Amino acid sequence: MTPEKTAIAVRCQGLVKRYADVTAVDGLNLEVRRGECFGLLGPNGAGKTTTIEILEGLTEPDAGEVEILGTSWAHDGNALRERMGISLQETQLAEKLTVVETIRLFRSFYRQGRDPELVLSQLALGDPEVLFLDEPTTGLDPQSRLQLWQIVMDFRAHGGTVLLTTHYMDEAERLCDRVAIIDRGKVIALGTPPELISSLHAANVIEFASEPEIEEAVLRALPGVTGPHRRGPNWSLPVGSLAETVPALLDTIEGSGAKLVNLSTHRATLEDLFVALTGRALRED
Amino acid sequence: MSSRYHPLLELTSAKMKEFIREPEAVFWVFAFPLLLAVALGFAFRAKGPDQIPVGVVTPAPADPAAARAAGALARDPGLLVRQYSTREGREALRTGKISLLVEPGPPATFHFDETRPDSRIARLLANDALQRAAGRGDPLPVSSEKITEKGSRYIDFLIPGLLGMNLMGTGVWSLAFSVTTARSRRILKRLVATPMHRSQYLLAQILGRLVFLFPEIIILVGVGWLLFGVSVRGSLLLLLLTCLIGSMAFCGIGLLIASRVKTIEGASGLANLVLMPMWILSGVFFSSERFPDAVQPLIKALPLTALN
Repeated sequence: MTPEKTAIAVRCQGLVKRYADVTAVDGLNLEVRRGECFGLLGPNGAGKTTTIEILEGLTEPDAGEVEILGTSWAHDGNALRERMGISLQETQLAEKLTVVETIRLFRSFYRQGRDPELVLSQLALGDPEVLFLDEPTTGLDPQSRLQLWQIVMDFRAHGGTVLLTTHYMDEAERLCDRVAIIDRGKVIALGTPPELISSLHAANVIEFASEPEIEEAVLRALPGVTGPHRRGPNWSLPVGSLAETVPALLDTIEGSGAKLVNLSTHRATLEDLFVALTGRALRED
Repeated sequence: MSSRYHPLLELTSAKMKEFIREPEAVFWVFAFPLLLAVALGFAFRAKGPDQIPVGVVTPAPADPAAARAAGALARDPGLLVRQYSTREGREALRTGKISLLVEPGPPATFHFDETRPDSRIARLLANDALQRAAGRGDPLPVSSEKITEKGSRYIDFLIPGLLGMNLMGTGVWSLAFSVTTARSRRILKRLVATPMHRSQYLLAQILGRLVFLFPEIIILVGVGWLLFGVSVRGSLLLLLLTCLIGSMAFCGIGLLIASRVKTIEGASGLANLVLMPMWILSGVFFSSERFPDAVQPLIKALPLTALN
């Protein structure tokens, strides 16, 4: 179908976008390879939506270059739009039109396309090569969320490229081949989910609270602990091995005369990486 | 490949469906101007030339002078004669039931308010009638030919004005509202993300609006003709063409509004700001010639004035 098969589906370099006194995107570089599912993970306000709307050709950047499928929006926007599938954050459809009418309307914009009966959503109209999904599952119920994940995975299985934004780390871990963690308009970490998690140098995380509290210096001195940090009322300790650290922690608490209030452990996630990198949670809830 | 739909056609039909499925919009476009025309048309409908009521002071029921005077006045078709006692007559004149009070005299005395045009006419007619009854001859023979010019009644003035106002209102509102709504619901952004041609979207907005132009004209002109006998004096084609061009101008204004504002409230305020002066100044309900000369250039520059 496509004349030139570039290895890179989406590339941007030195992207900057300022709104009044806020710099939403601050010198961002990305490369999405053809056929991969790439995730932009970050908290609300990190610049994910601004970035993806620049890549979709909807927002003009203040600086930087965008290359999509080897061409640019300025070069031939409408030809490029034929090859894109886009879902915007919180788009409402025309109130007075039925779903079928809406799909018929949107379908008429594309030169080629499937039968309306086969079209499940606006995404798949026109046989796109690249899907841009901005917060695709925000506000969906769990079942719809799983269905949407399935659509993305099917699309990937047929060789499509996906760029999505999310603030759900489980979504990024499940769907994405590679993830860029974004904070304050910059990429602060990039890699496959396992790579990113292993960059924590801690496969597990211990969370606990005690009465009275244990001091940070004491926690740092525990075997296998890399960077203890607060998480609400709890301490969060990324550790290499539970077998090594948990007994030592319990001994320390008992030895200091404090009482353990709660203790839990889980395998390290992208969320833990984000917290370790920024000191803040992905979602403040 | 399956059967194709043309995007312009689809966009236009979507625009039309959005209009039809909004009963309130349909009411304001079709029913409201009609009700206005009917109400105003009946309120100001042209009657035959009125008889002016005049009173004759009749001191006693069988007063011969009063009877002669009343008889003379009654011969004038323009006067409606009533007889009163002196006190009743003054009362009737004061409250405006009669325009002129005649004391037969001699000498005959006319009581009237000089600032009332009808009273001045009544005095002239009454004087004429009494002088002729007293034997005055007219040295110069005259004849008058009465004409009624079609198209000079108020309703004849009102129907085109309402038509213009309607075209303006619906043109500006329908464009300003639907584009602003689409923007605030992010539909506009979603459409831009497709290979849709933007010119087709704008064209569809205008076409979708113009489709309803024809029923609008037909209904308003039709009712004007059936109910009030307001006929189109001139080319129907020209009327249609004028409406088309006028409507497109107002669609343009609507788009201009929608291009600047971000919320429905903003669009509504701006549209009112644009429409209000034209409702008042551009000769919908009364001729724009009545405004002072100083503002005439401004009035002439308003698009609705041109259309009316």
